[in-house]
Formats: sequence, C-alpha cells, structure tokens
Amino acid sequence: MCTIVPISLTVGANRIVPAVAIPHPLGNPELPSTEEKALRKALVEKALKALQTEVNGQTVFN
Amino acid sequence: MTEKKKLRVVHYLNQFFGQIGGEEMAGAKPLVKPGPVGPGLALQQALGDAGEVVATVACGDNYVGDNLDQARLEILELIKQQNPDALVAGPAFNAGRYGMACGMIGQAVTEELSLPVVTGMYKENPGVEIYRKNLYIIGTEDSARGMKEAISAMVALLQKLVRGAQIGAPEQEGYLPRGIRVNVFAEENGAQRAVQMLIAKLNDKHYTTELPMPDFDRVTPNAPVTAMSKAKVALVTSGGIVPKGNPDRIESSSASKYGKYSLADFNDLTPDTHETAHGGYDPVYANQDPDRVLPLDVMQELVKEGIVGSLHPYHYATVGNGTSVANAAKYGAAIATDLRSSGVDAVILTST
Repeated sequence: MCTIVPISLTVGANRIVPAVAIPHPLGNPELPSTEEKALRKALVEKALKALQTEVNGQTVFN
Repeated sequence: MTEKKKLRVVHYLNQFFGQIGGEEMAGAKPLVKPGPVGPGLALQQALGDAGEVVATVACGDNYVGDNLDQARLEILELIKQQNPDALVAGPAFNAGRYGMACGMIGQAVTEELSLPVVTGMYKENPGVEIYRKNLYIIGTEDSARGMKEAISAMVALLQKLVRGAQIGAPEQEGYLPRGIRVNVFAEENGAQRAVQMLIAKLNDKHYTTELPMPDFDRVTPNAPVTAMSKAKVALVTSGGIVPKGNPDRIESSSASKYGKYSLADFNDLTPDTHETAHGGYDPVYANQDPDRVLPLDVMQELVKEGIVGSLHPYHYATVGNGTSVANAAKYGAAIATDLRSSGVDAVILTST
C-alpha cells in the first residue's frame, strides 16, 4: 500500500493498492476520527482483496 | 645508484588457468607454483621491470565453492608465505565460480593482509554484484579472448594502487563501478547540464546520465491467498513506525537496519506507544496516530470479525528515506525468512 504508485511499479511490487498521501497513507487527518477509521478499513479490505486475487504481473488495484 | 625494488606479485588462478586440469580437477586443493603460469606470463610481460610474479596460487573452483571458510584460510596462508606486495586474481571473465573465488580471495587479502588487489570479470559475472564494493574489478570481455586487454588494464590500475596514486572514475580506469560518490567541480551547473541532456535526448543524440538508476528485480507474483479467514497476516512498513523512543535507533535517513516489534499488547497505536522514525516527510500526522501508517487498529477489528484468520504478533519496520536498494533488499530477505518460519501466509506492506 503506497502513495507514489510509480515508485512501487519501478521497484517491482506485484499487488499495489494506492494510498491517501505520503505523510498519512492510511488516514486523512481532515476527516472526523470515525470516518477516518472507516477509510482506513476500506483501504485495508482492498489490500486483502488484492491478496486474494490472481495476478499475472504488476497490478494496481484502484 | 640504488635499484628500485621490484614489486612482488602473487597471482591467483583456478584449476584451469593454473594448469592443474579441467573440470575433473575442479575439486583440487590449493597449491603454489613458483613464478608465472598461463595468463601469468602475460601478467609478467605487462609488469615488465616494475614487478615480478613470484608465485602462482591455484585452486579448484569447486573446492573453493564447497569449502568457503577452509579454502579462504588455506589460500590466504599460501599467499602470505610469499611475502607479496600485491595480489592479482584472475581475470575470471564470465566464469561464475571462478569470479566468486577471485572476489573472496581478493577481499580476504585486502582485509587481512592490507595489500592492493586487482581482479577482472565480465560485468555479469555473479562475483561482480557481491564484491564490486570491496574490490577493484576490471571490466573484461566474457571469455579469454579479452585476456590481453584485461591484463593490461589490471596492471595499470595495480601500479596506481601500489604507488598510492589517486584512482580516477570507473570509465577512466576500466574498473566496474563500486558505488562510491566523489565530489567534483563541473564547469556548468546542474540545471545547464540537465537541459543539455534533455535536448540531446529529444534529438535522439547520445548523452551520459550522471545518476544511473539501479536495476530492480522483477519477481513472479505469488499465488493468491485462498482462505483469508484462516490466513495469518503480517504488517511490514518502510514508513518508520517504531515503539515510542525508537529503541533500535533506526536512522531517519539511509537506515542501516530494520526492527521487529511485538504487537501482542496493542489493539491501537497511539502517540503514547508508537512514533515514526522516518525523516523526509512531515511526521506530525504519523506521530498523532501511527495507525495512519501501520493500520493495526483496523487489522485487529478484521481479525475479531473473522475476516482475517490471525495477525502475526510482530511488525517489522525500517525507514525508506534514502535507504539503498541493496540494503532494502537485504532487510526484505531477512524479514521474509522470519515471516516464513513463523507460518505467515500474507503480508501488507505499507510505505509513505
């Protein structure tokens, strides 16, 4: 899970989930805390889905 | 008139070039032959009056590969007995086992006898990747066709090393880049040079980059996790999340290590328990709530809900900022070994 997807592609990651921002990839300090946590959970669930998906090469899960 | 002392050079060769035998003799133990042998004749010729190949130490490639520590000790002792001023190893061209042997012996002689060492290899020899940082390795052709040029460049560099002369850039001296940065004064500033490079690129003209990109690995994707509700998942981050106080003192830039930290007592990361060691980005948000980088709070919920089987009770952290690809790969390999031995099925790796 990363913010700068081109870097993850360059270094060879195979399952990539784009994140929010460099200083807070899995959060957004502008949101109320319950909403922020919901956002984080949705992103982690997307990562879990990526882990359960067959891929043939580098794949970005938007 | 005082005669200039001749340099005493020992030459390391494998069983083939050392004329012990072919592949059937690859298991041969190290031995000493007086004077130059095989490629040593060209070496002696290139040295001329400046030096003498006093002895050749030859050993089978498999003997070295199968008995690393033992072979290192034995060969080092044979070299030492010759009381040499310098070592030349190979060239090994594209012979992998021979290249590894030249690299290992070269490093041992550099470190333990503090003598100048030069070897030679084809750029794709596996010995290059392992020993280029520690040794001067002249870039050679991929076969003994390139013997003459290789020996000539090796001797030129060796003589500079022996004199203590300043060693120029890899492309000037013919050695493979060692990853060392040297400050130089340029006529034109960086912006001017960058624009010239861009113009050359746009016109399909030749230009030389000042910062070559490293070669990155490509790996075949792993098979997907089939039963997440039974899987053990681990959290790993290059975002620098560490226990409060950064107990291992992971550096904020160019990290020299990674840390492994227990998550067993935590359902949520807070400013009282954790912080980021990472420099290069504004740490305020990660320090306010470290879950923003290492999503422990929601992972624990997902485990409770039965969506994820279990969470590996440790997380692993390093700092990505300025950390070399080679070091990052090393930490990655060590972390992966630990995860495997703990029966982890999948990893969520977060980066800032």
